Amino acid sequence: MGDVYIQGVDMIRFGRFPDRSLTSLGAEAALLALDDAGLNMGDMQAAWCGNLGQAGGMVGQRVLQEIGQTGIPVVNVANACATGATAFREAWMGVKAGLYDVVLAVGVEQMGRGLLGGAGGSKGISKEGLLGSGIMPCVFAEAGVEHTRSYGTTFEQFAQVSVKNHHHSTMNSKAMYQKETPLEDVMGAEMISYPNTKLMCSVNVDGAAAAVLVSEKKARELGSGRAVKVRASALTSDPYSDRDLVMPDINTCTRNAAAVAYEMAGVGPDDLDLVELHDCFATAEILHYENLGLCKDGDAGRLIDEGETALGGRIPVNVSGGLLSKGHPLGATGIANIYEVSTHLRGEAGARQVEGARLGLTHVIGLGSACAIHVLEKPA
Amino acid sequence: MSEKVESSGPLPAVPYIKLPEGADPYLEGQKCSSCGAVYLGQRMACGKCFSREKFEAVKLSDRGTLHVFSIVHRSFPGVEVPFVSAIVDLEGGGTVKGNLVGVEPEPGSVELGMPVDVFFDDAGRKDGDGNSYVSYFFRPAA
Repeated sequence: MGDVYIQGVDMIRFGRFPDRSLTSLGAEAALLALDDAGLNMGDMQAAWCGNLGQAGGMVGQRVLQEIGQTGIPVVNVANACATGATAFREAWMGVKAGLYDVVLAVGVEQMGRGLLGGAGGSKGISKEGLLGSGIMPCVFAEAGVEHTRSYGTTFEQFAQVSVKNHHHSTMNSKAMYQKETPLEDVMGAEMISYPNTKLMCSVNVDGAAAAVLVSEKKARELGSGRAVKVRASALTSDPYSDRDLVMPDINTCTRNAAAVAYEMAGVGPDDLDLVELHDCFATAEILHYENLGLCKDGDAGRLIDEGETALGGRIPVNVSGGLLSKGHPLGATGIANIYEVSTHLRGEAGARQVEGARLGLTHVIGLGSACAIHVLEKPA
Repeated sequence: MSEKVESSGPLPAVPYIKLPEGADPYLEGQKCSSCGAVYLGQRMACGKCFSREKFEAVKLSDRGTLHVFSIVHRSFPGVEVPFVSAIVDLEGGGTVKGNLVGVEPEPGSVELGMPVDVFFDDAGRKDGDGNSYVSYFFRPAA
């Protein structure tokens, strides 16, 4: 069976666009990706659209109404924070299965401001602040504290993740923020849910990203020399664990997805040149160093201390600025990660370029839970 | 929405709080009779072993240990902060999440692995129909 390639991929600059429609953001990203591929809507044989906030709203079809209504199959995808990556993966499956040669995957989201999450349903009384907290900063704080419990990871080490990712984003004009945040600023920012301060929480932004995926045959025919090979695509849900009822397990599904992805790609974590992982909160990035095998269990604190995951380090992580500074428009995030890694593999990442990048990995996780991992390889 | 229940006491904040007449409140789990996994609420089959054998209603312990916590300083409007959100492993099985009270809401005051007791009290909130609720809380073990 032939490989699948990313022929075109792009994202809009993440930001807050209250005066624009959701579909115009998705349409803009789709056109950027089509331009990057040197193709147009008439070439697309199917499309997948990831969006969470209007999951019932046929967003994919509405995007096509703005850029080219050709009557192709359109599938709308919702999978929490893994929504965009899931849309990409479904598009990959369509090509991999041999049904299509050229397809489009779009991820788009318009976010409100403020806290995500919350516990309990509509019946009776609110459980938030009564039976602990269901807000996302707390859920991921508790996951981080579990790492502290096992390995003594400190507030400062978690905070360093934010310092690093904000620094990276100063080199990314498509990030929401381009602003250095020294350690004392990160640790001294408003405490949201210990140990996550405000600067250790991802930014709610509007955003869109899109990719054009093609078959090996089509990639050869187009011969652009910029087609990024998809070496692996993995998707998992959370298997049963004892505390799963009250403490979403973000670790096991990531470990399971990584195992599938590394096997499919025939590579290991040591072969990677860069990683874009799901730093929805600074605490989460530390956990995923180990979940993705970037270091052995218990070594994640040392990894951040020694700068191994900073640009120029052994395995740069989130050189885009990550969700912490680039922003986290839920449905777009997964494809934006794929854009970032592809841009490095093409040698087009400018000031933040990871030199000689040959192989990269993208990772997202949606609570509830869904984990998607892709391994991408430099154009031949 | 719930309706005002006439001439009866407060309601449980969540269905797994049991308020037997003339006896102390307790938390109830549903135990898979095949593998022993404990759930808070009914299942069609066991998430761990897929068994469709009967689930057994079990009284969960009112003692446990603090697995992890966070101190929440910002929550939804109207929620009193700061508070300690705690995940507690109960003796004999079952993990529940709730507020840890009786400690300062500061990292230095909360010890991972500390023994805690479960106790029951008025939830401090009413629903739109004016019903009162009983909830559970954690406090450092006596």
